[in-house]
Amino acid sequence: MSQHTHDHGHDHRHPPQPDIDSEPMGYYQIMGAALGELLIEKGVITADELRATIELIDSKSPEGGAKVVARAWTDREYKKRLLENGNATVDELGIEMPDTHLVVVENTDTVHNVIVCTLCSCYPRMLLGLPPDWYKAHAYRSRVVHEPRAVLGEFGTELPDDTEIRVHDSTADMRYLVLPRRPDGTEDMSEKELVELVTRDCMIGVTLPKAL
Amino acid sequence: MARFASGDKVLVRKAYPPGHVRTPWYIRGKSGVIERICGEFGNPEELAYGRDGTPKQTLYRVRFAQNEVWDGYAENPKDTVDIEIYEHWLEPVA
Repeated sequence: MSQHTHDHGHDHRHPPQPDIDSEPMGYYQIMGAALGELLIEKGVITADELRATIELIDSKSPEGGAKVVARAWTDREYKKRLLENGNATVDELGIEMPDTHLVVVENTDTVHNVIVCTLCSCYPRMLLGLPPDWYKAHAYRSRVVHEPRAVLGEFGTELPDDTEIRVHDSTADMRYLVLPRRPDGTEDMSEKELVELVTRDCMIGVTLPKAL
Repeated sequence: MARFASGDKVLVRKAYPPGHVRTPWYIRGKSGVIERICGEFGNPEELAYGRDGTPKQTLYRVRFAQNEVWDGYAENPKDTVDIEIYEHWLEPVA
């Protein structure tokens, strides 16, 4: 097929690009939309409040969590506070988690932590943004809880055989963040440079941060 | 007042009531150790139906040995799974 340029007359039809709402809505999408409309209609929330909440959640990204991890790697006292009281300590960096309780779990040379929500898709959104699709998938949620090492292997993460793997199932009011180990060879890096090494997946616990 | 303390051994009730329950099926009937007390929270089994969630329930993080949770667990026998469980789902183990 020839290259499509736009300096010709439009005597043909473009194949339509699918719209995000081309597909029929599913059962739960309809329920969600209906619930939102009812809450607005009854005056419980306003349309603008609903919009603003979506905008706030969409504005979050793993960079927030990465700043917390890099600070913990470079400030011993900050790390101590973070492990004891997650909410107040991430708040020091301007990250508010008003509705959930943060538990930070630390990887060591003998323990590796990994996060899942087997019941749904609970996730520390204020620190990491929206969860990746695989985190919400049945395969991850059902498998990581009983064969974590096999699942980590599929993510390219090989741990020593004697490492103790701790799975954390977010079933209720807590949210979890993995504090990975600072990679070897990063001793001379600044906190700002370290932020770049901390990825979303290593804060979920399916991989390890790597020195660049 | 929390019924259990960190380090206590507990058994998860093996019950299958209808409704919105936050105790995963795979852990019912299994025993573990209280890792920490998380605090008191509205009972999700009530909140889910528009009620006020009272009486509040103490929530615990309970640590289970993976090779006691899953028959034939094939990975490191030291591996664990930590799960948040509300007090009314827990019984003491002597």
